[in-house]
Amino acid sequence: MIKNISNLGDAALYCDFGSEVNKEINSKVIRYFKSIQKENIDGINNLTPSYNKLIISFDLRKKNFQTIKKLIENLNITNDDELETNRIKIPVCCDENFSLDIKRLEEKLQITRDKIYEKFFGKEFFCYMTGFIAGMPFLGDLENELQAKRLETPRVKVPKGSVGLTEQFANVYTFESPGGWNIIGNTPQVIFDSTKEKNPNLINPGDVVTFEQITKDQYYNNNE
Amino acid sequence: MNKNYFEIKRAGINTTFQDQGRNNLYHIGIPFSGAMDNRNFQISNKLVGNEVNFPTIEFAYQGPLLKYFGENINFAITGDVKFIIRKKNNAIEGNCYQSFTLENGDELDIISTNKSVYGYLAVSGEFDVNYQWSSCSVNTKANIGANDGKKIEDGQKTYISNINKNLSNKKLNYINTKIENIRVIQGTNFDYFSDEGKKIFFEKEFVISKLSDRMGMRLEGPKIENIVDTNIKSEGLLKGVIQVPADGNPIIMLSDHGTIGGYPKIGVVISADYDKLVQLTPGSKIKFKKVELADAETLFKLYDLETQNLISQI
Repeated sequence: MIKNISNLGDAALYCDFGSEVNKEINSKVIRYFKSIQKENIDGINNLTPSYNKLIISFDLRKKNFQTIKKLIENLNITNDDELETNRIKIPVCCDENFSLDIKRLEEKLQITRDKIYEKFFGKEFFCYMTGFIAGMPFLGDLENELQAKRLETPRVKVPKGSVGLTEQFANVYTFESPGGWNIIGNTPQVIFDSTKEKNPNLINPGDVVTFEQITKDQYYNNNE
Repeated sequence: MNKNYFEIKRAGINTTFQDQGRNNLYHIGIPFSGAMDNRNFQISNKLVGNEVNFPTIEFAYQGPLLKYFGENINFAITGDVKFIIRKKNNAIEGNCYQSFTLENGDELDIISTNKSVYGYLAVSGEFDVNYQWSSCSVNTKANIGANDGKKIEDGQKTYISNINKNLSNKKLNYINTKIENIRVIQGTNFDYFSDEGKKIFFEKEFVISKLSDRMGMRLEGPKIENIVDTNIKSEGLLKGVIQVPADGNPIIMLSDHGTIGGYPKIGVVISADYDKLVQLTPGSKIKFKKVELADAETLFKLYDLETQNLISQI
């Protein structure tokens, strides 16, 4: 199922599952990721699943590229098991203080904000991966009519909780961060909680996420 | 009872608690973090009789000014650092790679690193810090680790417990060497760049930009031309990965890097050169030298052996 394994530097395997971005390839990546995680292989110190790649980092004091490559190639990974999937609802407020780029999006996409919201809320999105900053989920796929490029000049500070769109993906900024996604609203929901060491992420790869629009009052009540 | 502490009279520029970092969290977006220069981090602990992975205070450029209160304690500083110990009646200039004893009321003034970036302060005891995922390392971006995941600030106190009763002083003869040639393995997107771009990457000089921190090191120099696509589908990053965004200027990922990124990877710095790389100051000129995987593995073994030898000499 892995198309090619090469080395990324001297302490990581670069497993290539293909070049397209779709649920099918991504599910393979996630399956490999979860299986290798369960194996608890001594010397492996990080796994990074993404759309269509899996990077396996190891401690060069204990293992090297060839030994880990062999281990991975000999793993028996079954394709049949259903991926464990959580369904998560994320409340989003689109008050003008939060929907920083809605005007820009109306112009870019040539549709009204009501249409944008109609095509976004209530739809199911698949979590391809999490990361960049802690807990940030990369969700897809948006309908064609909602696909826009990122901002030409990224914001220096995107507020925490911002919900953004870019190309076929949506995400949530789990921390204030620089970023260039088109922001349409903000969620009061905690997406990343570092005090929950076992499972700090609300949304994990393979999960299904639905966004629900809430009012400003509901937004502030949720915070309490 | 916590009666031993440092009062931070000046925090310095980028002063954080660091240890060996945390593993197995890339998939949720949390990088290794940890001491940037792992060799100097380990040596600092050994000089005060600690296990090599105890929490230390890492500083960059200007270090902290700390006033000590409590029973006698040893400390050691590693790197290439100018510092002064001020006692009641005199002041002495300290040496790196040597432990000194602090008494109640003494001040330790870590003035600056000399032509290097990071230094480490270890004490013969345990800093009272909180651990997350078995590490105290501070990640200011996600507010993870000791000190609520924040830099050390002016006026705060850092407590120390379990001070070692044995205060014999230790010393190591060691001088940090500098490197100008950074050895790299070709990256997974090496063929995204023009022949001219590849040649430039391995032959020309690059200058380290001021926009460098624990997350990444930005380089300036001749532009590296991309002939395929200036973006890739976002995928995992590692420390040492060299990405080239659309502007053609390479960025090297360092210990606090974002866990995924979408710029083509032209190369990866070999593990053996990482500690030395992070110590290069803005304005330094570097060249990349190509090595093969097998050589990189051998070079790391040698580097690691050298580190172990240094530690065993203490």
